[in-house]
Amino acid sequence: MNLFIYDQSFEGLLSAIHDALETGIVPDKIVSTRLYQDDLFATKFDIATDLEKSEKLWDMVRIKSSKQNCERIYTAFLSELPEIELVIYNYIKLIINMPYNTEADFSNDYVIKINAIYRKVSREAQRILMFVRFQKTVDDIFYASHDPQYNVLPLAVKHFKNRFADQKWVIFDTRRRFGYYYDLHDVREITISNKKISFETGKIDNDIMHVSEKLFQNLWQNYYNAINIRERKNLKVHMQFLPKRFWKYLPEKDLIKNRQIENSIVTVE
Amino acid sequence: MLTETINKLKILAGAAKYDVSCASSGSNRPNTGKGLGNAAPWGICHSFTEDGRCISLLKLMLTNYCIYDCAYCANRKSNDIRRTTFTVIEVVELTIAFYRRNYIEGLFLSSGVIVNPDYTMERMVQVAKDLRIKHNYHGYIHLKSIPGASDELQQKAGLYADRLSVNIEIATEPNLKMLAPDKNYMSIMNPMTTIKNKIIENKEDRRKFRSAPRFSPAGQSTQLIVGATPDSDKQILSLAGNLYTNQNLKRVYYSGFIPVNSYDKRLPALAEPPLRRENRLYQADWLFRFYHFSIEEIVNDNHPDLDLEIDPKLSYALRNPWLFPIDINKASYETLLRVPGIGVKSAKLIVVSRQYNKLTTENLKKIGVVLKRAKYFITCNELKMPTVNEISPEYVRKALLSDNVQAKNNNKSKLYKQLSLFP
Repeated sequence: MNLFIYDQSFEGLLSAIHDALETGIVPDKIVSTRLYQDDLFATKFDIATDLEKSEKLWDMVRIKSSKQNCERIYTAFLSELPEIELVIYNYIKLIINMPYNTEADFSNDYVIKINAIYRKVSREAQRILMFVRFQKTVDDIFYASHDPQYNVLPLAVKHFKNRFADQKWVIFDTRRRFGYYYDLHDVREITISNKKISFETGKIDNDIMHVSEKLFQNLWQNYYNAINIRERKNLKVHMQFLPKRFWKYLPEKDLIKNRQIENSIVTVE
Repeated sequence: MLTETINKLKILAGAAKYDVSCASSGSNRPNTGKGLGNAAPWGICHSFTEDGRCISLLKLMLTNYCIYDCAYCANRKSNDIRRTTFTVIEVVELTIAFYRRNYIEGLFLSSGVIVNPDYTMERMVQVAKDLRIKHNYHGYIHLKSIPGASDELQQKAGLYADRLSVNIEIATEPNLKMLAPDKNYMSIMNPMTTIKNKIIENKEDRRKFRSAPRFSPAGQSTQLIVGATPDSDKQILSLAGNLYTNQNLKRVYYSGFIPVNSYDKRLPALAEPPLRRENRLYQADWLFRFYHFSIEEIVNDNHPDLDLEIDPKLSYALRNPWLFPIDINKASYETLLRVPGIGVKSAKLIVVSRQYNKLTTENLKKIGVVLKRAKYFITCNELKMPTVNEISPEYVRKALLSDNVQAKNNNKSKLYKQLSLFP
């Protein structure tokens, strides 16, 4: 068994794929150092990240297919799914070996697979734009916690930078423990070490909360309840669009978070 | 201020909730000069209420006082309800505060008519103007146009708003007259035509001068109430088709009638809102807008109402079995769209993929075609399967309906099983 080990960066993965394609050694598994567990029976290949190699391969993929296709592959990589490296390896191999651009051949399983993952990750990125909720701090910074299933926060930064150009904001990925801070000029990556923010509830402490914050959360909760039409109650659709895993950081769900909604779901139909 | 604002919000959001439109799409308004917000052309939903509807906009009425007495409206003047009015500043501040917290995509402002149409419209326009000019706000604004307001105000409204709308509510004029004695078709159609002409005129201007200000860039929309009057689906959809073609409307919304004034004997007594019918109308609307169907093909004198049991596309296919089966590997894109079980996305994928290989049912399944439905209407690169012609439309209908029932039962039993794990 051929086991390729890379440094968990995208360039590292491209380097690994480059080596595999060049040497003709077919990897049975490609794994990042973070998830690597020693395997006695495997032939191990430690891949050094080589920007020259990765760029060369990446250019080739773009020439053989398209810029959109490169975006698709990178987005799929952000899924961090356990088998994603092999999926990307197989897909790139296909793209490079075919005499024509094969990215739109949906009769091919590798094309189907990468597109399915791409769709899932894009949707998760879209959900950041939908469900991020800022809380205003005493320093006029708008803070939001988010807990995305995939590592999609980097994809959402541009949107928030364009939209909230005149306010300082922080969006923090509580699962991966990193975030982005916009200081009215640039966005930079940050980590948070103070205890003023609960990653459990996503909330900032009262003593760093702006005086108006509670009021606006309250207004929003009231709006949320007032705009609902009781006669049209449809919890099935509700849960489909707003899966429960997003509730924990939504102020509009504060009031019912502790109430068990499962019981009422069965009575729907 | 606090409790008062909360109460106002409760009343005026509650009063606005029957307006279905919540779309924030269709406008591409960039954030220039470090202002606040932009409008994303594809629209973004920010939350979902327990009725399964999306919250994209802060939907408010400026006031729920109204001089009109429309039978279907919760805010009609003869109703004894709590009435209140937002100040311009209150609406502006709420919008900005919600927007900055990423609660909403923008504002949808409508209003009951107070004093006269111009007076009402002027204050709505003031809200939009303050947002745009005082607060340098580039997010989405949808304004309800007040029938009877002056052209000048409509013009101003269109310059600040992304979308304007005038609600028709009742699809046929005699029924409108009966339920809304203060309104008539002219008073609704006139502003609609004015807006349409201004949009066309503005497009011309912008072609000549790129810096010309935009007028209602996301177009206009309207809403029709379904089930409050005996109007047939044919009447409703013909009107909608007409509005799309002749008035260039971006969207027609259908709102299943909710009996808010059950004491009014001009209205039918409904046990529950006609949600199924509403859903079928949306499906028909989609067929018209995205599937190259004509209204006549969906509803006509022989079939004036949509089939509630099956969707309009399947219903069309079963009424016209001689058009099928179609060959997946040869049929045009438009023909593929007519197959039940093939949507816009799978039709596109079929068209690009079949250049590489002849497609099999296995391929179709992976592309996302619902074979359970499509199999009766297609042939592909495989042994022929019995199609709708060999086994009769009646049989296909029965088979698909019983499939639905089975799927539902399966779901139900799953839910109950899950429950029993947590006694």
